[in-house]
Amino acid sequence: MLIPLTQVHSQSETEVETAPVLTEDDDPTASTDEDVPWIVLVWNDPINLMSYVTHVLQKLFGYSTEKATQLMLDVHNKGRAVVSNGTREKAELDVFRLHEYGLWATMQKDS
Amino acid sequence: MFFDRRFRLKRNGNVEIKIAEDERQLLSSLIEQLRELVLSTAPEGAVDPSLRRLYPAAYANDDQHEVEYQRSMRDQLLERRLSHLDAVETTLNDSELNQETLNYWIMSINDLRLVLGTHLDVSEEDEPNFLDDDDPQQHQSAIYHYLSHLLGELVEVANN
Repeated sequence: MLIPLTQVHSQSETEVETAPVLTEDDDPTASTDEDVPWIVLVWNDPINLMSYVTHVLQKLFGYSTEKATQLMLDVHNKGRAVVSNGTREKAELDVFRLHEYGLWATMQKDS
Repeated sequence: MFFDRRFRLKRNGNVEIKIAEDERQLLSSLIEQLRELVLSTAPEGAVDPSLRRLYPAAYANDDQHEVEYQRSMRDQLLERRLSHLDAVETTLNDSELNQETLNYWIMSINDLRLVLGTHLDVSEEDEPNFLDDDDPQQHQSAIYHYLSHLLGELVEVANN
């Protein structure tokens, strides 16, 4: 018994160097940068018209008038609203499209 | 005349435009100025302060990703803006717009408002901010409010 234990122990020690890689590959719950959902925020600004912000949210995300209006009101009253979420790639695309329309949008990891 | 609907949705989905000749000339001049201003900004260089609203930061608290984002997206955003301006310019004298072109009008007019509004340092409280006649910004302020009105009308007809 003593010998196998020693072997296992020494084996695990030699694996220490590669352990982080193995752990990440093997563990399905390990979160990599790309896995963390990102959120896209639109911030209040004094220039964009309320009707315009609602219009853009409907146009880009296909939101109903009610949902787009509520998000616009959140932006207006609370200073910001989460308008979409997803992978980093999707969030970047959404931010780009919002910037194309001149909305003040940013993205960050959901926390 | 002023109270007539200047933009009307037609049965075929297009939008009929009835704006005065001097409005078209004003828009033409503003679009030309915006094109020059947008083109004057080097891709990676410092952005003209009045253009900063056209190129907001994407990453709120991630400098490394932000640099990458601006490097890969800034030029694309610039190209999109210029193509919208081109589309507006070529249809400026048309009496009818299709929905796609209407959208370019909306985007370009909003770009103009962003630049003018930033330049005028518009704040929430300012809304109908009519300056004295001798204020050098009076003219710009009037144009800004005109564009706001125009955009409101275009958005309304686009939502129909």
